[in-house]
Amino acid sequence: MDQIFVNLKDWLVALFPAGRQQELVSALISVAALIGTFAGLFALTTVLERKGLGRIQNRYGPNRVGPYGILQPMADGLKALTKEDVVPRSADQVVHFLAPLVLVAPVFLALAVVPMGRNMAAVDFDAGILFFFAVGAATELSVFMAGWSSRNKYSLLGAMRAIAQMISYEVPLILSSLAVIMIAGSLSAVTIVEKQAGYSGLIPHWFVLTPWGFAGFILFMIAAAAESNRSPFDLPEGESEIIAGYYIEYSGFKFALFFLGEYIGLFAASGLAITLFLGGWNAPFPFLTWIPSYVWFFGKLLALIAVFIWVRGTLPRLRMDQLMNFAWKFMLPMALINLLTAGVWHFTPPGLARWIICALLVFGPYVALGRTLFESKKLAKRTYSYAE
Amino acid sequence: MSATFVMLAVLTVVSAVAVMLLRNLVHCALALAVTFAGLAGIYLQLNAQFVGFAQLLVYVGAVAILIVFAILLTRGREPPLQSVFSGSAIVGFGIAIVVFAVLATMTLSSRALGMEKPGEANASVAQIGEQLMTRYILPLEVAGLLLTVALIGAVIIAMRDKEPE
Repeated sequence: MDQIFVNLKDWLVALFPAGRQQELVSALISVAALIGTFAGLFALTTVLERKGLGRIQNRYGPNRVGPYGILQPMADGLKALTKEDVVPRSADQVVHFLAPLVLVAPVFLALAVVPMGRNMAAVDFDAGILFFFAVGAATELSVFMAGWSSRNKYSLLGAMRAIAQMISYEVPLILSSLAVIMIAGSLSAVTIVEKQAGYSGLIPHWFVLTPWGFAGFILFMIAAAAESNRSPFDLPEGESEIIAGYYIEYSGFKFALFFLGEYIGLFAASGLAITLFLGGWNAPFPFLTWIPSYVWFFGKLLALIAVFIWVRGTLPRLRMDQLMNFAWKFMLPMALINLLTAGVWHFTPPGLARWIICALLVFGPYVALGRTLFESKKLAKRTYSYAE
Repeated sequence: MSATFVMLAVLTVVSAVAVMLLRNLVHCALALAVTFAGLAGIYLQLNAQFVGFAQLLVYVGAVAILIVFAILLTRGREPPLQSVFSGSAIVGFGIAIVVFAVLATMTLSSRALGMEKPGEANASVAQIGEQLMTRYILPLEVAGLLLTVALIGAVIIAMRDKEPE
């Protein structure tokens, strides 16, 4: 049962003559499975998100199409397909057309290195994590292309905001995953998951259950939310300020592609968080290992998505200066301290003492940094220049 | 020459030519990003995973964005409508041919061409990391220090505007 998809793929590949043809078929099957699964998950997530936000905001959410509104994504997709594709006359036609494609292709590529079950990573690179971040770099370019080619001030403002935000939060994102890479001693996603296998009693050996891993996980999730422009970091598309940011001149299916790219990026980031910190496809308890590994992976993925939806429904949007201050004055120092803590963890003998030392190493600076930043902010009654 | 190499080489060269010939500076910058990606592909094809991914991360992710930002923040004008070939094109071609000839003669006369081809290079990321942390630790630290100094310097230059009040 655990290997059913792997066996299915092997069986399909064996139908073809050996040699290059088999390699090609094997790659094609992996690609088709990835695109099919995650596009389906995207459709499911859009309706779950709207439902969840509806609950949080004390309303129903979509409930007209199909039972409980579950067929809403179909209606949305058909609408996006049949809508007129409006391109502004002054827009740069080629770049405007290419921007959504440049976004969607790399985020799907990034998914390829995430192991989704036992023997279920599309490719196992020696430097898989590096590959993940390397292809992710192209999304910034796509945002710029969209913003610039639309010839719209709001688009360009949105793109500038988005790129500034993505560059700033990429630093803590990579630094927080670096701690895991240091401890695991490998850049391969499959090896990192294998290092987290096994249990001490009932407790799994997941990295999130260590002081540096916990801090790293929180930092990673915050940075991932910012990287994929999720609320509360959705300044690039702040409707009340710049309407829709770099999406503004996109309509119909091109807009849907951007939407898809953003969600797939979120899935990829969550998948990496699961791989690095939450034990990948490993079961949380030793007596639950009979449940197939891919069920665990996708269960964890859905749980993380639920957290993102919850955060989106709860927190208000940040201001630009708050966003930058948070990245450079809080996230970056914390990520560096976390890296140091991981080093200390590696060189002290296992036991309770190590746990307490490392917890203090993370928690002390956290409190000190938070206090200092809070006190340096002169909190006073706000004075308005124009609206009084 | 494999088919992948031909495809990557054509992509890289065509986009590099586009960088020189396109009129719109932003298009040039985007074409340059394609060139960088093509080079990364060639590195990957040579089994140099680390260099290939680092090329993507640094050049496509950072340098291309930097160039694009520099263009956006310094030029407010529309792209020029006249031809990209200026009057001094012939002189430029002459200089380019001379430079190419010098480089080509130096390459052809170098001893490296006569040497045996090294065997299948297969440096894993772990090996590169180990070498960087042991044998090449001093250059790595010096480079890190230099970059930090540059970073702090850039911040200080950017900060100075606010002081006079």
